[in-house]
Amino acid sequence: MTVKLEQHIDPSLIPVLQEVYDPEIPVLSLMDMGVVRYAQLIDGKVKIKITPTYSGCPAMDVMADDIVAAFAEQDMEADVELVLSPAWTTDWITEKGKKALEKYGIAAPLEEKLDKAALLGNEKIVKCTNCGSTNTKMISQFGSTACKALFQCEDCQEPFDYFKCLK
Amino acid sequence: MKNDNLIQYIYSIADNALILGQRLSELCGHGPSLETDIGITNMALDLLGQTRSYFQYAAKLSEEDITEDDLAYLRTERQYRNVLLVEQPNRDFAYVITRQFLFDAFHLLLLQKLQNSADETLSAIAKKSIKEVSYHFRFSSDWVKRLGDGTDKSHAKIQDAVDNLWTYTDELFHNLGTDSELIEKGIAIDLTKLKEEYYNKIKEIISEATLSIPESKYFQKGGKKGIHTEHMGYLLADLQYMQRTYPNMKW
Repeated sequence: MTVKLEQHIDPSLIPVLQEVYDPEIPVLSLMDMGVVRYAQLIDGKVKIKITPTYSGCPAMDVMADDIVAAFAEQDMEADVELVLSPAWTTDWITEKGKKALEKYGIAAPLEEKLDKAALLGNEKIVKCTNCGSTNTKMISQFGSTACKALFQCEDCQEPFDYFKCLK
Repeated sequence: MKNDNLIQYIYSIADNALILGQRLSELCGHGPSLETDIGITNMALDLLGQTRSYFQYAAKLSEEDITEDDLAYLRTERQYRNVLLVEQPNRDFAYVITRQFLFDAFHLLLLQKLQNSADETLSAIAKKSIKEVSYHFRFSSDWVKRLGDGTDKSHAKIQDAVDNLWTYTDELFHNLGTDSELIEKGIAIDLTKLKEEYYNKIKEIISEATLSIPESKYFQKGGKKGIHTEHMGYLLADLQYMQRTYPNMKW
């Protein structure tokens, strides 16, 4: 089941938010990752709500600090709150975000059904970010961070990360 | 106090995640291979993250001026409500995997029910955690099969772990005495109702792993009432050392 991303974002705040990146995947802005749920100006103060990708993701605290710092540069005071519901899904990563991931060397999440087949090793469908071959295999279900699995291309031998589907 | 029963209920869920998370963290840099090391510490991170969400909620419900850190680091042994299973030591990789597998199967069933809890915050945390725990269960059941259906040595080792940890499984399904009102209100889950499905599921995987299912009917209990095994004190000494030695220190 896909929960639609409900965002209440004041368009005037987007330029600032687009310049704040995931500290562990520095090509993906928080907007492209779909973690910003709410951003409004209330009595001259910026109120932001973000949703964690994974419960224990250590990057969340850094993201919150980075948002406050980015607004401080614009002489604005921001307050960031973490909300859990509805839970984040990889569907909320924008198309632009997915392209940025691929270019950075992280294979973007597949659809849920395909993802399962890929992680169980039933089908070779995850594309190597180096040579584009789908002759790849999973090395480890958990990669360098909680959100990724480790794959290796059997053609060019390159190891690469795959962003796991989370629904 | 007003929310006491609910707070105890939250401890009974969160402490499992905290203590298992701590056990798994001990393996950071010591996993048998790079991939399992990373996998295990990733799961530790998920569990500690879930614990934090539960404790933030419990701290909010409390009438005292406390934070999630006070709950994690400054309670005494008898105040922890985790089951005995999760505090069992990392004797070898087969024990680590078996403990994880026996817990994950339960954890997944619990979260599936808790998603529909009448308590909005618990429901939200469950919906978030369930996605992570599905991966944990896949990881641990996969390894149970690989070790069981692996070499003679790996088979013998994981059979030993299954035989020894089996005695801690029944406690997973004990409700706290204070839960009954919460169960009636649809906030807490009646754990006794998960038992049948749990044993069916794990027996299926254990058989697939070519392992035999223990026949022992004798089960250990006590953790949920705060009566822990001798391993718990050492674990807490590690977990609490920093806050006890340098009170209120921050990262």
